[in-house]
Amino acid sequence: MSQSVCIISTRAPYSGQAAREALDAALVSASYEIPTSLLLMGDGVFQLLKGQETSDIPRKNLSAMLQVLPLYGIETIYVDQVSLDERGLNVEDLHDAITILGQGELPLFIQKHSKALNF
Amino acid sequence: MKFALAVYGAPANSQAPQSALHFARAVVAQGHEIVRLFFYQDGVNTATAIAQPPQDEPDLPNEWQVFIQEHELDAVVCIAAALRRGVVDQAEAERYQLSNHNLRAGYELSGLGQLLDGALMADRLITFGA
Repeated sequence: MSQSVCIISTRAPYSGQAAREALDAALVSASYEIPTSLLLMGDGVFQLLKGQETSDIPRKNLSAMLQVLPLYGIETIYVDQVSLDERGLNVEDLHDAITILGQGELPLFIQKHSKALNF
Repeated sequence: MKFALAVYGAPANSQAPQSALHFARAVVAQGHEIVRLFFYQDGVNTATAIAQPPQDEPDLPNEWQVFIQEHELDAVVCIAAALRRGVVDQAEAERYQLSNHNLRAGYELSGLGQLLDGALMADRLITFGA
């Protein structure tokens, strides 16, 4: 069976290093030419907010890292609809290249991959 | 069955390294194989040689080291995550001109690719502390 990886990122962008280190894992996986999906769930959906301004924290801006994903072959970011709804986030507030997955689609989506890396 | 284990939590603020050790012992006891241990995020603190828990508490970094060496396991600590958190081996200490190094024997600093490699080699990747 050919391998594929689903990176599941569940942490807010500037709550510790978890979000950054999940993105690193996605980039490494894709750079090994393993088919790689990035799925944002829970507070991970906050990583998609437009207009992140991090100079006062100060932290490296993670949304800049999202922009480079297509260069690694990750053309779209998968997002859990329920997590967006629970946090009152609207699609127009978010990064452009996303694919929203409804509640019923998640298990099947994750199952399509041979390995899931949960962050 | 082949297992890869990923540990993301530190001994002092997460149950992850303890749960992972329990799981790893059970894997070995039941005759399965651990093809890779990967310590990432705060899990890299499991590999420090200079943590000294109080004497009436478990010394988890020591227990992990004993287990790794006893079973000759492939234990990898993510180099980027470790450098960020002050866990370095002698080579990195020299590279960055640091006064000390503190990576326990039995572990190896390497790249995040080893996590992916372990995940693909194994039948199951089990994550602790996500």
